[in-house]
Amino acid sequence: MSRQSFSLLKSLGRIASGSKTQTRSVTYMPRPGDGKPRPVTLIPGDGVGPLVTNAVEQVMDAMHAPVYFEPFVVHGDMKSLPEGLLESIKKNKVCLKGGLKTPVGGGVSSLNVNLRKELDLFASLVNCFNLPGLASRHENVDIVVIRENTEGEYAGLEHEVVPGVVESLKVITKFCSERIAKYAFEYAYLNNRKKVTAVHKANIMKLADGLFLESCQEVAKKYPSIAYNEIIVDNCCMQLVARPEQFDVMVTPNLYGNLVANTAAGIAGGTGVMPGGNVGAEYAVFEQGASAGNVGKDTTQEQKNANPVALLLSSAMMLRHLQFPSFADRLETAVKRVIAEGKCRTEDLGGNSTTQEVVDAVIANLD
Amino acid sequence: MARRSASILNRLLAKNPPSPFTAPTRSITYMPRPGDGAPRTVTLIPGDGIGPLVTGAVEQVMEAMHAPVHFERYEVLGHMRRVPEEVIESVKRNKVCLKGGLATPVGGGVSSLNMQLRKELDIFASLVNCINVPGLATRHENVDIVVIRENTEGEYSGLEHEVVPGVVESLKVITKFCSERIARYAFEYAYLNNRKKVTAVHKANIMKLADGLFLESCREVAKHYPGITYNEIIVDNCCMQLVAKPEQFDVMVTPNLYGNLVANTAAGIAGGTGVMPGGNVGAEHAIFEQGASAGNVGNDKIVEQKKANPVALLLSSAMMLRHLRFPTFADRLETAVKQVIQEGKCRTKDLGGDCTTQEVVDAVIAALE
Repeated sequence: MSRQSFSLLKSLGRIASGSKTQTRSVTYMPRPGDGKPRPVTLIPGDGVGPLVTNAVEQVMDAMHAPVYFEPFVVHGDMKSLPEGLLESIKKNKVCLKGGLKTPVGGGVSSLNVNLRKELDLFASLVNCFNLPGLASRHENVDIVVIRENTEGEYAGLEHEVVPGVVESLKVITKFCSERIAKYAFEYAYLNNRKKVTAVHKANIMKLADGLFLESCQEVAKKYPSIAYNEIIVDNCCMQLVARPEQFDVMVTPNLYGNLVANTAAGIAGGTGVMPGGNVGAEYAVFEQGASAGNVGKDTTQEQKNANPVALLLSSAMMLRHLQFPSFADRLETAVKRVIAEGKCRTEDLGGNSTTQEVVDAVIANLD
Repeated sequence: MARRSASILNRLLAKNPPSPFTAPTRSITYMPRPGDGAPRTVTLIPGDGIGPLVTGAVEQVMEAMHAPVHFERYEVLGHMRRVPEEVIESVKRNKVCLKGGLATPVGGGVSSLNMQLRKELDIFASLVNCINVPGLATRHENVDIVVIRENTEGEYSGLEHEVVPGVVESLKVITKFCSERIARYAFEYAYLNNRKKVTAVHKANIMKLADGLFLESCREVAKHYPGITYNEIIVDNCCMQLVAKPEQFDVMVTPNLYGNLVANTAAGIAGGTGVMPGGNVGAEHAIFEQGASAGNVGNDKIVEQKKANPVALLLSSAMMLRHLRFPTFADRLETAVKQVIQEGKCRTKDLGGDCTTQEVVDAVIAALE
């Protein structure tokens, strides 16, 4: 009886402190063999990348999660992706990535974009929401930004017409717009979301963004129970900071998605805590949701106080994607508890813990 | 210590009165693969007795939720000689089936169609989750037991013969192959669902070879899972412990007959067979039905008055939705059902109320978000 009441006291204590453990009584009945460990390709990357991916490795180990990593060394200044990396991802179907630093200018194409194009990861998803215990200027934020990942302004087709004159091609195709719209509505349907908002600038780019909008409108007809509306991107940015609660799922072309995702991440608590992933028809790559600032400053790297929360929550999304819901729930609960307690926070959240201290706190909070 | 903690508990509870039931929300969303939203076909077997009533309830709720599931209905009755071929083909094609209940005639030598289905599709594990539902008062608290029962052999082999007039032999068959795979499934289940303990239920003091083989297989598998506690309990002591201190049990792995009895006992202490969800799973197929069904398919009066409890099959269909990888729909259904039970206004006769099945279904649909 005493042992039972002790655990009861512990869980009551948690409830009293305001953080709820998520328990699902209708358990997940696995198929025989579902517990087999899955290999996942791991790309630590540059800057704060190795620090935060190492955090994920430690936590996965502590949880005895049925996941093992195959690491590959990739740096942002390489000319192309290393041999074997693409084979590995194609074999494993899932990859976890720290961050690859894209050099400014210089004509070297971004390896991040390369990876997405080669694997045809056409949808990027960032979930921006207020974390309990983390104060921010905006309340009731729960926005999922679904961004087209392969074309648009990031087509990488630039040329110098004559010296001093450069053209950059923004390409919008019906095929890609349709599939991202389909993915956004399917996501909303499967996750019980009520509204999808298309972000565009079709008053100016009438044909390009107009084509994007047409595709969204066609797909919206097939989902009559999900509300659909459109918003021009400049108004959207203003609305995001004025009344973010009006947005639910947002579907955007490539560039607007980048900006909207980073803005939404910023209002909800910062890019250090928002999870995200990239998915295609066959593969998925999980990384920090929105990464304004590329791969972190040098001081963050030296002092080793990068925020591992975003990548930890993204790895929880990865565990759910790999159909290990209990492990995903445990990880998520532990991370949220650490944030709600507020004792262990890195610099970007107003504290002064190191990455390792946050990792230790998460491991201590695992059930 | 117990008395001290009771006073601490009282103080904590007084400071934080139990909040009204809130839906579990998951902020880290499920990122589906493109195409995951395509509707899935599920074979539906309404069955006999209360079967059609409760499967009708599930169909109504699935439609109200716009769940990406559509049912292929097949007529099967308990007194048929065999399960029709087309039904088995359908389940093999769809991989998932939802079943009401098939009445097995007592005696008479007609084999149970339920058993036939499980053997043909090699659905070797039966799982029942017996858990206190918030708002439903019972004599036992803190019950959260998952009974995993071997489904294809043991006492249910169906091998009986009359040696001489007046003398009948019934063979109980235990094989290493089946015992190993059910033990492996039980530990894998515990691992994937963050359960801490697996208890093997047996009567190896009497049936030394048969249940002894079962225990050996469990012990071998237990070695592969050092993070999960393993212990054994004799089935008669187990039944007594279940009604005395049910909180000591977590996951229980049992051969066929003991599993049937333990599952029904555990269901009874936690609120009754009308509310416990369960399912049967094999390497390739899965059949979801009411978790434990003591009393076969309900008595005639319940069928006439249409007062069968649909909760168990609704929660089993939530397990089915989760098995089909639609976690959000599963959560919504589960939350709505639990809310209806907690409110206590709409309960069928076995839970102490007097609503009909349709009234409960309407309440669940109204409670859906």
